Formats: sequence, structure tokens, C-alpha cells
Amino acid sequence: MTLRAAADGPSCYSRFVNEWFCWQYVEDRHEQIADALVEHVTITVAALLLGVALSFPLALLARRVPRLEALVLGFSTGVYTVPSLALLPLLVPFTGLSAATVVIGLGLYALTIVVRALLDGLRSVPDDVREAARGLGYGRARMLARIELPLALPVTMAGLRVAAVSTVALTTVGTLVAYGGLGNLIAHGVQRDFRAELTTAAVLCVLLAVVIDLLLVALQRVLTPWAAGAR
Amino acid sequence: MELFTDTWHYLLDADSWTGGGGFVARLLEQLLLTATALVAAVLLGLPLALWLGHVGRGGFLAVNVSNVGRAVPTFALLAVLVAADWPGSSDFGPYGRAGLATLIALVLFALPPIITNGYVAVREVPREVLEAADGMGMSARQRFRQVELPLALPVIASGVRLALVQVWATATIAALVAGPGLGRIITEGFARNDYAQGMAGAVVVAVVALVLELAAAAAQRAVDPLPRGRSGRAPDAVSVGPTTV
Repeated sequence: MTLRAAADGPSCYSRFVNEWFCWQYVEDRHEQIADALVEHVTITVAALLLGVALSFPLALLARRVPRLEALVLGFSTGVYTVPSLALLPLLVPFTGLSAATVVIGLGLYALTIVVRALLDGLRSVPDDVREAARGLGYGRARMLARIELPLALPVTMAGLRVAAVSTVALTTVGTLVAYGGLGNLIAHGVQRDFRAELTTAAVLCVLLAVVIDLLLVALQRVLTPWAAGAR
Repeated sequence: MELFTDTWHYLLDADSWTGGGGFVARLLEQLLLTATALVAAVLLGLPLALWLGHVGRGGFLAVNVSNVGRAVPTFALLAVLVAADWPGSSDFGPYGRAGLATLIALVLFALPPIITNGYVAVREVPREVLEAADGMGMSARQRFRQVELPLALPVIASGVRLALVQVWATATIAALVAGPGLGRIITEGFARNDYAQGMAGAVVVAVVALVLELAAAAAQRAVDPLPRGRSGRAPDAVSVGPTTV
């Protein structure tokens, strides 16, 4: 079998053929591809968790203090304006050439989107609902946990989905500090003019974005069972 | 920290600003790329988006083009264009190495926010206003020119502003495929372990990005037909839905 394959000519990813899509490449390098994919998912998920974890206290504080809200929104617009390829070097003095640099950088981008979505979501809670809860004897903390956050969830989740899809795509830029997940394969593919490698990585990136988006949609359905009838 | 002083010295050194790969040449290259791509995307995308919004068709497409644009990594598209036989990595006039590939990628990533916002802007003109225009005997053309377009302008402008941020960011990323623009100073610095150069490049990219954003915000306020006070919330660029940066 192996001899026959050799007799058929060079594999579809050899330098002389260099096809865009080559299953042989995926089979031969599946370990390397899997490693890159795992790194990609790890960085993406860590960045999203960081962004969400930071945006909750920020949004709650900003809601209490209007002056702080302007500051938070201004800061997030500023961060969002800075290109990713410039944000990562600016973090290097603090975290060096590490995965943490990429996670913090992308976490900041996710933060800018999620904090806005959270503020919009909390603002979307009708005032009469709040009043009714207050009339039922809900305190501040319980109202937030039982009434406001659940009602803010749809708008917040919409923002989180945008952040998640962007983060998957942006992780590729992490290749600047050698932690780009699938982006490392794309960079290598460009350097060596290795088409199968770069298209495989690019397609996996898009698929990963779709999968994470679908998972978040499923999560939202689980978290908002009352919306099932309305759909 | 030594790196900060080194970066500062790199920024103050006249040699880093002049010459072929210096800040001035790269900055002009990237500004030219950004302007060309933004104008091309507005000319291509805006008429289509406004027309779709006016006739109220193609909404699914107009809104979802942004979601697709967000899911495709800019780096991946640049890589595919550069590795292809056409446009490849050849020089393209004043746009430098891989200039055509970069321009194509920039236009493609500028289109989604322009199309989505343009469509939404025209769609969201209140029904009563349109009915009032019809009641006054305006023709469809008059209604579009004198009612829909002015009222849609702020949201259209915020789409162009989003596209500007997107194009500037993508033009920077073009350096990852050895394309033109300021990003090259960053990638060259990292490739040579000269992190002061990388940082200096990043500082210049970030400062120009912020200046462009502030200018765009001012321009957006200027085209708003309904002057709003500081408290009145003009349509916000970011909450409409940013794409990948």
C-alpha cells in the first residue's frame, strides 16, 4: 500500500503540489494540529472568563456611580480602538512572551464588549418590575441576583456571543508572542508557503467560532427556561 | 524598567523616524491604505445597504454579514490572499509588498459594519415619519433624500467609524504576512528580539488609532441633523456591535 501511494506521486501537501485542501496533511500532522487547537481553545476560554469576571464588578460599580460609568465606557472605547497587534506588545513588559500576555490582551477586548452589554442589559430591566420586587421586600443584593441579572441575561448573552466569536478570531494574532494557537500554524504556513497548513488552521478557526457560538446559545436556553415558550 | 527607557529612546531617535522602513514612511503607507480601503468600501457597500434598507429586503443578509466578518480571522484571510497565486505578495504601487492582498482584505473587513449599519439606519427611521412624508405628497425619491437619509445619517456614520477602527487594525495585522504598514515595525522588532522597537511601534499605532477615533467621533457629531446635548446618547459605535480588531 505504502509503495503504491509513493508511486502515485508526491502527497498533496508536498512543495510541488501544494494544494489548499489536503486530507493527507491532516492525517500526518494531526497531533500538531490538535495541540494548536487545544492551545487556541484554552487561550480563548481563559480570555473570555477573565473578561466576564472583570466586567461584573465594573458594570455594577458603574451603575451606582454615573461618573464612573462615563469613565468605564470611555476606557473601553479606547481599548477597543487599539489594534490587537499593538495591544500585545504594550503588555509584554508586564507579562513577557507568555500565554498570559495574549489572555490579558484578549480579555480586555472581551471586557469592553461584555461590560457594555451588561450595562445595557441592566438598563433594559423595566422600572415597574424593580418596584414590584421592592414591594415584595427584596433587598438590593437579592433583587440583583433574583430579578435584575436574570432579566439582563438575554442582552448580556448577545454581547458575550459577539465577544466570544471575536476572541476566537483574535487569538490568531497571539502568534506575535508565539502563543497564537491555530495562528501559529497560519504564521508557519505563510512563511513556508504551505497552503494546506494555513487553510486547515483558518477553517478550524471559523468552525471553532461557530461551535462556541452554538454552545453559548444552548447555555442561554438553559439559563432562561422562561423564554422557551416565547421563541 | 529598562524596556520603557529603551522604548522612549527609540521613539526619540531621529533615525527611527526617517528612511525606508522608518515611522514616517510606514505611517504614510498605512494611512494611504486605510483611506483607500475605507473609500472603496463606502462606495461599494453603502449604496447597496441603503437600497436594501429602503426597499426593506435582504435584512437577514445585511445583518449577518457582520457576524460572518467577525468569525473570520483577519490574519487568516490575509494569509490566504498572500499565499494564493493572485494577488500574492507582489508589490503594488505605493502600497508596498503584498499591497493588493492587503487592500482586498481591508475592503472585505470594512464592508460588514458599513452594510449592517447602513441597512439598520434606513430601516429604523420611524414609520410615522415616513407616513407623514407620504402624506405631504413626497415622491419615493424625495422621501429617501429628504427624510430617510438625513435621519439615518448618524447610524450610517457610526458604521463608517466602526469600519475605520477595523481597517486600521487590519492594516496593522498585515505585518504578520510581511505586508505594508506600521505593524512591520512591531513584527520586525519582535523577530529581532528588539522589544523596545516593538513597543515603540505599538505606541505609535495605538496613538494614531486613538487620534483617528476621536476625529471620527467629532465628524459623526457634525453630521448629526438632530443636535444632542452631552447627555443625549448619540448612536454609539461600539454598542452597535464591533467586529474583530
